[in-house]
Amino acid sequence: MIDQLYQDIILDHYKHPHGKGLRAPYGGEAHHVNPTCGDEVTIRVAVDGGTLTDISYDGMGCSISQASASVLHELLQGRTVEEAAPVQEAFVALMQSRGQIEPDEEVLGDGVAFAGVARYPARVKCALLPWMAFKDAAARAGVGASPEVKSS
Amino acid sequence: MTFDVARVRADFPILDREVNGHPLVYLDSANTSQKPRQVLDAMRAHQERYNGNVSRSVHTLGTESTTAYEDARAKIAAFIGAPSPDEVVFTKNSTEAINLVAYTSADLLQLGPGDEIVVSEMEHHSNLVPWQLLCQRTGATLRWFGVTDEGRLDESALDELVNERTKLVSVVHMSNILGTINDPARIVARAHQVGALVLLDCSQSVPHFPVDVVELGADFIAFTGHKMLGPTGIGVLWGRAELLAAMPPFLAGGSTIETVTMAGTTFAAPPARFEGGTPPITEAIGLGAAVDYLTALGMENIHRHEQEITTYALKALADVPGVRIFGPGTPEGRGGTVSFEVAGVHPHDVGQILDDLGVEVRVGHHCARPVCTRFGVPAMTRASFYLYTTTDEIDALARGLEQVRKVFV
Repeated sequence: MIDQLYQDIILDHYKHPHGKGLRAPYGGEAHHVNPTCGDEVTIRVAVDGGTLTDISYDGMGCSISQASASVLHELLQGRTVEEAAPVQEAFVALMQSRGQIEPDEEVLGDGVAFAGVARYPARVKCALLPWMAFKDAAARAGVGASPEVKSS
Repeated sequence: MTFDVARVRADFPILDREVNGHPLVYLDSANTSQKPRQVLDAMRAHQERYNGNVSRSVHTLGTESTTAYEDARAKIAAFIGAPSPDEVVFTKNSTEAINLVAYTSADLLQLGPGDEIVVSEMEHHSNLVPWQLLCQRTGATLRWFGVTDEGRLDESALDELVNERTKLVSVVHMSNILGTINDPARIVARAHQVGALVLLDCSQSVPHFPVDVVELGADFIAFTGHKMLGPTGIGVLWGRAELLAAMPPFLAGGSTIETVTMAGTTFAAPPARFEGGTPPITEAIGLGAAVDYLTALGMENIHRHEQEITTYALKALADVPGVRIFGPGTPEGRGGTVSFEVAGVHPHDVGQILDDLGVEVRVGHHCARPVCTRFGVPAMTRASFYLYTTTDEIDALARGLEQVRKVFV
């Protein structure tokens, strides 16, 4: 069962993160922490003409939270805000599925590797940490990357 | 008398279970301890045979319940060497006990700007945050002892840190994260010399070795039941009688009063003054049974067993490549709580792999984030031992750490 959690894709992203490091310029930044375990992530979002031109991040934490940030970068960097929203929704839905959703690789790419995480309630918040930080950073950059943020 | 760990384990039903297909290896007793059948039976007997509210019933059940509740108080008083059971105040846990003092000692301490409260860098958040808030309310200043590289309390600046402006010193007796056992003698002597009061957070000491409040010389101690074989929801504030007598109620209500009129109220003497509302009666009786259990085994014997386990564990952990232990590296002046890191692996992942093997440890900042900051890590992995811990379980931990390295390193 533990192999479903620590899939090679996750371990690869953890050991070789994509796009890590904080970069400028950026339109919005958010820092989120997981107070129970000490995971931290900072995410910056740069937007140009409705496109997420750069998503940069830094943080410290477990393999799940750090790999999740790397996957987020890979999935959303360079996409339009409209394209990003369904990806974000699909990832959040997968994490909240308790393992009942079969993820769509067309939408989630390497994010499908996180399906196993959904079976570990204590780790779901690790996987979601960068996505929640991204949501805030995007809102601060003036783009709601999901309908939920737009309406608030 | 030899300590028979197999016989002790037979009293703890939970130790028979499996986790993820492996025998349970419970190494998280500093978080909460497991409960022996004797404690569970005492609580069930109260609920099944003589449940009644305390201190307000003339009927037989209420009388029996009150007697058992007060007997538990007397047992706990004897267990910590308190001169009188009236000095034992039941609370919800250590956190509530410390907050009780923080919220009711204003008159006692006469705190204001220029006054100082002293804590340490190795406190659990529950013995740090209440004092931060008290300082905010009163304008007093919070100061603290540092921690040495070896994980000891740095008392080198004691005389400067505890001075004529100090009103209260509140420090931990045994660290919940470093395992360090502090000898409070010098701090108590200095505090009393300058007229300051001393509170000791004994959450991790009372469960594990003999503690005598008169010998300690402190003014208050706080500890909690669920870390010493008792249930959750019951803790203790011990305070010197004359100090408790000078403090107002914390959570006022039924039981705390003497005479109530619509215009005003006079209050009962301690400990009733601080036990507003129906208390956790079954839990208090359970804690009394836990104290009976610990006393029958002997706290000296329990401590000796844990020292042996700790010695074994320190060596076993040091032998795992990449493991760095935080806190004292030898068993002298430390208890059976050992925090460590596995190089290159986040504690969350260490704990997850260990759990897959049935080994239950705690990971995170252990409600002592300043300690993690002090040692430059975001979190730690912690194994903590108790009277039922065996060397086989330490071996299982060491094997589990090898597995962690296989996955991540």
